[in-house]
Amino acid sequence: MSVLIYTEIAKGKIKKSSLEAVNYGSRIAAQLNTTATAIIVGEVDCNDLGKAGAKKVLKLKNDKLANLDSQYLAAAIEQAATAEGANIIIFSNDFSGKAIAPRLAAKLKAGMVAGAVDNPVISGDSFSVKKNVFSGKAVATYNINSAKKVISLLPNSFAVELSDNTAEVVEFAVNLDNVNSPIKVKEVKKDTSELNLADADLVVSAGRGMKGPENWGMIEDLAKELGAATACSRPVSDMDWRSHHEHVGQTGLAIRPNLYIAIGISGAIQHLAGVSGSKTIVVINSDKEAPFFKSADYGIVGDAFEIVPKLIQAVKNFKTNQN
Amino acid sequence: MKILVCISNVPDTTTKISFTNNDTTFNSAGVQFVINPFDEWYALVRALELKETLGGSVTIIHVGTVDSEPTIRKGLALGADDAVRIDVEPSDAFAVAEQISEYAKDKGFDLIMAGKETISYNSAMMGCMLAELLNLPFISMATKLEVTGNLATIEHDIDGGTEVLECTLPLVLSANKGMAEARIPNMRGIMAARTKPLQILPAAAADKLTNIASFTLIPGRTECKFIDSSTPEKLIELLHNEAKAI
Ligand SMILES: Cc1cc2nc3c(=O)[nH]c(=O)nc-3n(C[C@H](O)[C@H](O)[C@H](O)COP(=O)(O)OP(=O)(O)OC[C@H]3O[C@@H](n4cnc5c(N)ncnc54)[C@H](O)[C@@H]3O)c2cc1C
Ligand SMILES: Nc1ncnc2c1ncn2[C@@H]1O[C@H](COP(=O)(O)O)[C@@H](O)[C@H]1O
Repeated sequence: MSVLIYTEIAKGKIKKSSLEAVNYGSRIAAQLNTTATAIIVGEVDCNDLGKAGAKKVLKLKNDKLANLDSQYLAAAIEQAATAEGANIIIFSNDFSGKAIAPRLAAKLKAGMVAGAVDNPVISGDSFSVKKNVFSGKAVATYNINSAKKVISLLPNSFAVELSDNTAEVVEFAVNLDNVNSPIKVKEVKKDTSELNLADADLVVSAGRGMKGPENWGMIEDLAKELGAATACSRPVSDMDWRSHHEHVGQTGLAIRPNLYIAIGISGAIQHLAGVSGSKTIVVINSDKEAPFFKSADYGIVGDAFEIVPKLIQAVKNFKTNQN
Repeated sequence: MKILVCISNVPDTTTKISFTNNDTTFNSAGVQFVINPFDEWYALVRALELKETLGGSVTIIHVGTVDSEPTIRKGLALGADDAVRIDVEPSDAFAVAEQISEYAKDKGFDLIMAGKETISYNSAMMGCMLAELLNLPFISMATKLEVTGNLATIEHDIDGGTEVLECTLPLVLSANKGMAEARIPNMRGIMAARTKPLQILPAAAADKLTNIASFTLIPGRTECKFIDSSTPEKLIELLHNEAKAI
C-alpha cells in the first residue's frame, strides 16, 4: 500500500508543483510507514522525482494518454492505484490537477480536499486537512472520512526539498480499450516565457494606476531584473491592457508567491482575495490612504512613474554588489 | 439545445467573514448572498447567449435550502427558462455532484455548465465530479465556447497557456472569465421570474465523504513599514536582509 502522486512535465522538466506534491506525498507515506510512488506520462529525466522522495516511478504507457485528457488519465491513475494498492492519491492543485483529480475522486468514491495548505493530521483512518476558504480570508479543517482519499496541494505551500535519494523507474502499461473520449485537441498556445505566474516565487503586479498599456515597459523591466513573473488587477485585463492570464484576484488566478509587488493597485478586497497568501507584500501607490497599505509589509507612497525606474536601478546595483 | 447551468449561492464578495458555534459554522447573519460570479457572469450568461442564437432552453439547478431562492429567482430574471432546487444543505462538492447527476442522468441535456469554482469553498471540483458520475467528457476553465450543430469548440486555460478543443455534445464544462460579459436583469425579466417554474425536489441518498471540522480566520499583516519614495534602494535592502524575499 503506497501513496501515489500524479506528476507532470513542463518545459522539459518535472514541474515544480509536481515536486512539491511528491515531497508532500512522501511525508504522508512516512507517517503511514509506507513509500511514495510517483506516476508520470511522457519522457523526462526522473531523477528529481527520486530526490523529492518517490521510491518508485511508474511511467504510464498508452497512446491515448498523449493529450493528458482527463477521462483517460483518471482511468489510467485508477489502474495504477489498484496495482500499487494505493488508497491515498496526491495531486498538485494546478490547472491539470483541477481537471483530473475530482474525476478520479468521484470514480473511486474517495473523499477529496482541493488546495491543501498544510500536512494532514492523521489519526487512524481519518485525515484532517487544512485548506483556504472564502478566497483566502479563512482556513477550514476538513476531515476526510472515506477509506480512499484524494488531496491536491496548493502550489507554493512548501518549498521543494531535494535529497540524494533515487527512485526505481518502471513502465506501467495501461489498458484504455473501454474508455473513449470525444475531445480532440485543435491547438495549443503555450506561454513561452520562462516563468509561470501560478507557481512563480516573485511577482510584479500593476493596476489601473499605470494609466495605460503603453506604460507597462517599466513593469516588465522591473520584473525582468528581479526574475519575477508579471500580474495585473482585473480592470487592467478587462480593458485588454494585459492578457487575462495575468489577472489575479477572486475572479482571476489565486497566487501565493514569496514576494508580491503591487504597483498602482488600490487593494480592493476582491484583489486581495487572490494575493493575500503571498509571504511578503510590497505596495507602491501615490495615495497614502490606499487600502492596500493595510495588507502590506512594505510600502512606498509616491508616483510609480518616478519610483519604478529608480527601483529598477536599485535592483541592478544590488545584483552587481552580490556578484 | 438543452442546457443545464449549475448555480451556487455564495456570500457577496465584500462580506466580512465570521464564524459561530465555536468556529464550526459560517455566520450568515446579515450576509448578502449572491449567485457565484463564475456561475452567473460566465456560465449562465453564455448559456443564455447560445439559447438566443441557437434556440432551446436553459434550466438552472441549485442544491440548497429555501434560503437560496432569491439567488435562483435572479437566475430566472436574467433569462433562464426554469429552475430546479434540490432541497438539501450542500455538504461537499461530491454530495452536490451526486444530487445533480441523479437529476440530470435521464433528462438529455446537451450541455451542462458549472462555474470554475465557488468563491466560498473554492474547491473547483463539482463540475469535474459531475462529469464522471454522468460518464461525460469534462472541459475545465473554459474561456470561449461556440456550438455548431452537435460540435462544441472550446478554448480553455491550461498550465502556462490555452488550448482549443473540439468535442461532440453532450459534455460538462466549468466556466472561467472570458466566456461572456456580465448582464444586469431588466424589469421585465424580474417580473417574469416571479412566475417561471421552480421545481423543488427531495434529495436523493448521497455520500458524506468529507466534513468541515472547524474554521480559523487568517490574521492580517501586522504593520506596513514605509520607505521614503526618494530612497527606493532601501526597499531592496529590506527585502534582501529582513524579509529574505530576494
Ligand atoms: C465580484 C467581483 C470580483 C472581482 N474580482 C477581482 C479580481 O479577481 N481581481 C481584481 O484585481 N479585481 C477584482 N474586482 C475589482 C475590484 O473590486 C477593483 O475594482 C479592482 O481591483 C481595482 O483595480 P485597480 O486597483 O487596478 O484600480 P483602481 O481601484 O482604479 O486603483 C488604482 C490605484 O492606483 C493608484 N495610482 C494612480 N496613479 C498612480 C501613480 N502614478 N503611481 C502610483 N499609484 C497610482 C491609485 O491611488 C489607486 O489606488 C472584482 C470586483 C467584483 C465586484
Ligand atoms: N450547491 C450547489 N448547487 C448547484 N451547483 C453548485 C453547488 N455548489 C457548487 N456548484 C457548481 O459547481 C461549481 C464548482 O463548485 P465547487 O466545486 O464547490 O468550487 C460552482 O461554480 C457551481 O457551478
